[in-house]
Amino acid sequence: MEKVIEISNLKKSFNGNEVLKGLNLTVNKGENLVVIGKSGQGKSVTIQCIVGMIEPDEGSVKVLGKEVEELNEVELKDMRGHIGFLFQHAALYDSMTIRENLAFPLKRVLKIKDEAEIEQRSMEALEAVGLADAIDKMPSDLSGGQRKRMGLARTLIVKPEIILYDEPTTGLDTITSKEISHLILDIREKYKASSIIITHDMLCARITADRIVVMNDGKFIAEGTYTELENSEDEFINSFFKI
Amino acid sequence: MIESLSLKVKTLFEDIGEQCLFAASFFRNIFRNGFEWNEFIRQCYLIGLKSLNIVLITGFVLGFVLTLQSQPTLKAFGAENYVPNMVSISIIREIGPVVISLICAGKIASGIGAELGSMKVTEQISAMDVSGANPMQYLVVTRILACTFMVPLLVLFADSLSILGGYIGANISGDMTAILYFNKSFESLIFSDFFPAFFKSIAFGFTIGFVGCYKGFKANKGTESVGVAANSAVVAASLWIIVLDAIAVQLTSIFVYS
Repeated sequence: MEKVIEISNLKKSFNGNEVLKGLNLTVNKGENLVVIGKSGQGKSVTIQCIVGMIEPDEGSVKVLGKEVEELNEVELKDMRGHIGFLFQHAALYDSMTIRENLAFPLKRVLKIKDEAEIEQRSMEALEAVGLADAIDKMPSDLSGGQRKRMGLARTLIVKPEIILYDEPTTGLDTITSKEISHLILDIREKYKASSIIITHDMLCARITADRIVVMNDGKFIAEGTYTELENSEDEFINSFFKI
Repeated sequence: MIESLSLKVKTLFEDIGEQCLFAASFFRNIFRNGFEWNEFIRQCYLIGLKSLNIVLITGFVLGFVLTLQSQPTLKAFGAENYVPNMVSISIIREIGPVVISLICAGKIASGIGAELGSMKVTEQISAMDVSGANPMQYLVVTRILACTFMVPLLVLFADSLSILGGYIGANISGDMTAILYFNKSFESLIFSDFFPAFFKSIAFGFTIGFVGCYKGFKANKGTESVGVAANSAVVAASLWIIVLDAIAVQLTSIFVYS
């Protein structure tokens, strides 16, 4: 199976505090991989290393066959054009309307100048997240769930091959959280994108995961499907699945 | 004690190093393809036009007050007719650029620091970066250039209003025709009064933009850091303006007035 992300022996420390302690991970094409673990274990640091926001101390990160650390500025920018990143709080640009938020990556990353094409792609992305009527609103006019959807629309608009979700359901009520989780599944079907989903929300993990990895103390300690891990006899792993 | 001092020195040098890297990145990004003209024009509007009111009022009051304060003293020496000369020279050469730049530091540097700081805290800058867009080019280059371009213009407008304020001040307690006042104001001015002040204003404008952007970009996570970014941007920009002014005055007196 084609691998889109390959991480081997990834290590990263901050001020002497070792956060990642030799991480190994692969993500296959079209797969939804969920990463679970306690807070502060380095889950977000891992995906930041994948997009080259953080430089690892040791180890290798290969994305779409390219070693991230070896990429120059232009190549890194080009690689990032193939990756979508949904931030925890969506990170919509406050001073821009939704239309401008969506047009921003199209104009700057894909260099699309044709306004009709920008409009058409914006509407397509908004329809994919079910918010077609919000195009002229400001981000401050949207609810938490709508902001997440809008963040997802901005991520999808460049048609990425890989999508990284940093706690996509944090701060949302159960119903909205479920909607977002199903949206992540729909997006995988529609865009054929591979995803890494970092979450504490086990409902989201159950809905979206093809495979789950459990992170503890800077390493992945277990891997399997939701059912396999749910039935694990390891107390730590099991604690994620108990209500 | 020694440890804490050495830590402070280390932090200072790290900060200087980071500022140099930030400046290098700014200059590199100016000449990169895809200059953000629309954002630059928007920033010129926000920085220039939106600051015009406060700058014009300050300029007018500066000239007005300077005249009212100096008139009785000059009158005592029988030199009342030198009020316009004194006001115009002191405003154009020194008071105008420095005071208006300090006002701009308070308004613009804090605004940029808070805006970019809040964008940093809410991961908007990271989102731009990760999407493959260039936040330095979109956010920093446009703001610094807009400040560099607009602050000298604001100073020019304020200087003009100062001279008008001086005329009105002179006519409150005295009696001087407009023609006489403005003639006397301009007869004492030469180009070497304008140019050093103009170049100084350009440097002040750059400083305001640079410090605001740097402090905003350096904001740590957390809402408190937004306030810190805004506050430290004003303090640092104001200090730099005063230091640069002292240097500029020395250079001007060596190369222009000597």
